[in-house]
Amino acid sequence: MQELTFLPVADHALMVQLGTEVSEALSAQVVALDKAISAAGIEGVQETVPAFVNLLVEFDPLVTDHATLQAQITGCAERAEVRDNAGTLHEVPVCYDADLAPDLAAVAEARGISEEEAIALHLSGDYRVGMYGFAPGYAYLSGVPEALRVPRKPAPVRGIPRGAVLIAGPQCLVTTLKMPTGWSIIGRSPTEVLCNDPARPFLFDVGDRIKFRRIDRAEFDASYREDAT
Amino acid sequence: MSDAEFRVQFAGPLVSFQDAGRRGHMRFGVPASGPMDRLAYRAALAALGATADATVIEVSMGGLQLECVSGRLSLALAGGDFHIEIGGTKLSGWVVFEIEAGQRLSIRPGKQGSWAYLAFAGDLQAERWLGHAATHSTSGFGGGQLQTGQRLRVENAQLREDRHGQIALAELRNMADPMRVVMGPQDRCFTDTILSSYRQEEFRLTDAYDRMGVRLSGPELTLSEALSIPSEPITRGSVQVSGDGVATVLLADHQTTGGYPKIATILACDTDRLTQLRAGDSLRFQPVSAEEAVTISRSYAAALDAYLAEIGEPKGTLAQRLMRENLISGYELSAEANDAAEPGGSARK
Repeated sequence: MQELTFLPVADHALMVQLGTEVSEALSAQVVALDKAISAAGIEGVQETVPAFVNLLVEFDPLVTDHATLQAQITGCAERAEVRDNAGTLHEVPVCYDADLAPDLAAVAEARGISEEEAIALHLSGDYRVGMYGFAPGYAYLSGVPEALRVPRKPAPVRGIPRGAVLIAGPQCLVTTLKMPTGWSIIGRSPTEVLCNDPARPFLFDVGDRIKFRRIDRAEFDASYREDAT
Repeated sequence: MSDAEFRVQFAGPLVSFQDAGRRGHMRFGVPASGPMDRLAYRAALAALGATADATVIEVSMGGLQLECVSGRLSLALAGGDFHIEIGGTKLSGWVVFEIEAGQRLSIRPGKQGSWAYLAFAGDLQAERWLGHAATHSTSGFGGGQLQTGQRLRVENAQLREDRHGQIALAELRNMADPMRVVMGPQDRCFTDTILSSYRQEEFRLTDAYDRMGVRLSGPELTLSEALSIPSEPITRGSVQVSGDGVATVLLADHQTTGGYPKIATILACDTDRLTQLRAGDSLRFQPVSAEEAVTISRSYAAALDAYLAEIGEPKGTLAQRLMRENLISGYELSAEANDAAEPGGSARK
């Protein structure tokens, strides 16, 4: 495990920094440390928020403080077991029909490939949940193949429906709400990341792996719901 | 016990159902939401003798008008300096009062303060998401924003006459005090000159203010280098600085991760106080160490608990109180006293 840097955040949180550059290896370390902190059941810890290169620990200042936590988390890091490809593998169906993939042609053109090649590249990727953000259930997936990567659009487009499959740079995500986005829309999935299941409200955990599977329009129409939750 | 029903005659923008908030889902992109000013929320519930995480209506500066369609029950309002009109009678906020079928209730902002909490003696019914009615404004999940024409139902509606009357104001905070912050996590991205102007100069809230956050105007907080940090977790109270040097304070419905550097993070108690400022109001920042921040937090929590216990004591039956304090004129007197008070319910020392 990398050497940890600790940065206090107000009176109620501690930022645990594992590195500065985004990589699969560092993500695996963040996940391992997150699990170790959770397993340790540290008094006063209210929640942890894992991201690409760091982890935020929210705590109750009536119970603990930054220095106490720093010592305990350093101990957790020593016990953390870093494992590659440790997360659960999910299969996420995607329909790439033109009306559901308004930016697919532009992405293909930008990369000098055909739309079918772009789809094949997207399906070939091994994706991993690096963190959540932006809106409830927005899981940032790393692993877009190099040949498919395109920059963000200069301005966001409004009203993108739930289930849109988006890419920007090395990242991909499946939207959960009708929201604006500056990412390229290359398909739509009936998969619901917001599961509406009290026992398991979000489909993916940080560190989970994802493979996309192509579906046809009939299969998409049979399972897509317009309304979220 | 019986039910009470209300019709929303008018609800301004950002008037929403809130409860204590849904903690524990930031890792899935979900902030806790809940009241912008947690002190005022807790005060309204304590004065009414309600449970500490009960569902309330957070009233914005847009105001709220309700008509009681059926039932009779006690309500409490605490928050900024808001005015109440009920069945032709005017009251000032920070009060426990009753309403019955046929009466209309109007809540409007006064001179200061941005948010007020309307609590009900009974169970205000609202949609829940992940177990909470707290509204996440960007998604609308939770109880949601109130809409004109909507019906509200309160189950087990109760009249708590022994609690009616003004709520003593909290002497826990002074609106003019600087906002205490712990510097970082990215204060290293700013030059010493910028850091010192951050500490010394005045900022103002702009009208780019909603439940997600508030943009500030003030000295330009130029980054010392073109900085690109990987997106990282952010929290309520973070002061993030965009590429153009503009600071934004993140509030109850903040995004849970982001790539802008944070110059500092405001302590929780001062973040609540900040929410009662309005566009154009000024503020300053005062850095404290992490150790001092925890000490401040603990003494604030102790003082808040003592205050909530004090206002949580029933005042006695109406007959007892009429004997004791001639309540009829007492309403008038305390209404005037409230007009002179600081916003956010903070009394002057």
